[in-house]
Amino acid sequence: MRVRGLFRNSVLMLGFVFLYAPIVSMIFFSFNNSRLVTVWDAVNSPTLKWYVVLFKNEAILGAAWLSIKIAALSASGAVVLGTLAGLSLARFGKFRGRALLSVMITAPLVMPEVITGLSMLLLFVALEQLTGWPEGRGILTIIFAHITFSMAYVTVVVQSRLASFDCSLEEVALDLGARPVTVFWRITLPIIFPAVLSGWLLAFTLSWDDVVISQFVSGPGSTTLPMIVYSKVRLGVSPDINALASVMLLIVALCVVLSTYYIKRIEQRRVAEALMVRSEEL
Amino acid sequence: MSSRQSNLKTEYVRIEGVSKQFGSFSAVDNVSLSIYKGEIFCLLGGSGCGKTTLLRILAGFETPSVGRILIDGQDMTDTPPFKRPVNMMFQSYALFPHMSVEKNIAFGLEQEGIARNEVQRRVAEMLDIVKLSEFTRRKPHQLSGGQRQRVALARSLVKKPKLLLLDEPLAALDRKLREHTQFELINLQEQLGVTFIVVTHDQEEAMTLGSRIGVMNKGRIVQVGTPTEIYEYPNSCFVADFIGSVNMFKGKLIEDEPGYVRIACPELDVNVFVSHGISSAPDVGLNVAIRPEKIDMTRTAPMQKENFTQGIVKEIAYMGDISMYLVQIPSGKMVRVTIPNIERQVDERISWEESVYLSWQSSSPVVLSQ
Repeated sequence: MRVRGLFRNSVLMLGFVFLYAPIVSMIFFSFNNSRLVTVWDAVNSPTLKWYVVLFKNEAILGAAWLSIKIAALSASGAVVLGTLAGLSLARFGKFRGRALLSVMITAPLVMPEVITGLSMLLLFVALEQLTGWPEGRGILTIIFAHITFSMAYVTVVVQSRLASFDCSLEEVALDLGARPVTVFWRITLPIIFPAVLSGWLLAFTLSWDDVVISQFVSGPGSTTLPMIVYSKVRLGVSPDINALASVMLLIVALCVVLSTYYIKRIEQRRVAEALMVRSEEL
Repeated sequence: MSSRQSNLKTEYVRIEGVSKQFGSFSAVDNVSLSIYKGEIFCLLGGSGCGKTTLLRILAGFETPSVGRILIDGQDMTDTPPFKRPVNMMFQSYALFPHMSVEKNIAFGLEQEGIARNEVQRRVAEMLDIVKLSEFTRRKPHQLSGGQRQRVALARSLVKKPKLLLLDEPLAALDRKLREHTQFELINLQEQLGVTFIVVTHDQEEAMTLGSRIGVMNKGRIVQVGTPTEIYEYPNSCFVADFIGSVNMFKGKLIEDEPGYVRIACPELDVNVFVSHGISSAPDVGLNVAIRPEKIDMTRTAPMQKENFTQGIVKEIAYMGDISMYLVQIPSGKMVRVTIPNIERQVDERISWEESVYLSWQSSSPVVLSQ
């Protein structure tokens, strides 16, 4: 037993090391005083020097703010469209073209980002030639591109929540005299809200760390934070990149933790409801 | 009881030739029914007999494939649920999980645009009626099953509907609570004068609640009548067998007079004398149905010359108030007999493998042709 326990624990530790050693070393070196990224200056470390450098860098701060704006806007757009798509897939029965819609909406989940980015770029260019809109590439085109691919994730989250939604709640509201629109705002949305919120956070994270698609559809003056990181690394890794990446990581981790927390809460409530129903049946 | 009878015969709901097809399956098959003002009408049937579909058609969640629904003389067939003067209580109660008890009940009134203080007054009044005034701020998951049932009832009654549809209202409650709630429901219905249509699969529930019962089978209404009519005068083998338990014997008419009939039952070894005339073509296979409680079981031969047979006790099920005996008669068929346990001494009761006489009144058998 003892040997087996030891084996199990060491395998677990190996797994953790494999997954998190790079990230931990990155965070570790972000407190390094040395100009050389890979050489630990034991005398003067740890230091917050690179974080200070980072927060004095206007270009990086501007890009970070831009990334936050793009992520928030595209997440909001993705949530609206994704919720509508999830709702129609879960609610409107077997309408004509349902299977097609379901496949097309979830396609971006498996589509290579390069292809999504390229096709987006081609679309925007063609559209500009035809209609004069959008004028060049910039923030707007990045937002549209991000909505397109992150909407798929929101749809999946919302749809799976609606699959376990008790339809009689909506029916009873109709029965009590509420019109379908009122039913959506007062019954359906409040109940699925945790799923919608975690969809939003997911979309936010996806947009926040996207570099491939953004690079295709961005224009002058619309450089997002991941794009800056990428271009800086190509010129050679400077220690302030470690600090920047650590901050980005913190933001992403925060989003993930929040959305996991909400999904978990939904689960707990569902389990509690199921238990309650079962205890009554007995 | 007075209001249950005085209001009879004023038609309130009329179901005209309603059918509902789901693909090739017909859930409801050409049902026509009249439901009277102020009554409790029970739709009784096994699962999948179409009773819930019929209720959902009345509420407006399903549109009938054929036929019309009239409520208070108005055609409601194509009226959406939120415009019908009808409320429904769901089997699952469907309480809004994100709203307090108070908000749940107020929801329907808010949809009518009633002033806030009037809403509060009516919610408080309703909470008082269902005895939940202490629980106004609780969320549904903080309530017991019985309390949730009462919230659902209050929510569907607060709009003062003329017609309330109840889908298995007591199915989720335990037995003790169910009995208690049955009488509460009846009192409430009399107090408010609302017409109830109750869907249930539980025949006891239908008998206690219903002023009339409609028995459904395979999408059709097979018999409509008062609980006594349904139990004592079933019109088919299905109803006789579905309501309560029954001993069924195949037979053939051998004497057919206006005042009495005699039926040969090979399974029973004796001819059955029935003291009322029946309307049936001769030589048609008949069924004689005798309820277990209408059979007398004795150790000594009964005084009567007819309508008795002999048998051996094979099984006894003691249920406290009554005991059920399975008695094997010479043809090999098992006859079910229930005897009330009047004496307390166990040793006086008829026991296993005892030879007994089974006898019945000539008015007890029901003769059924189908």
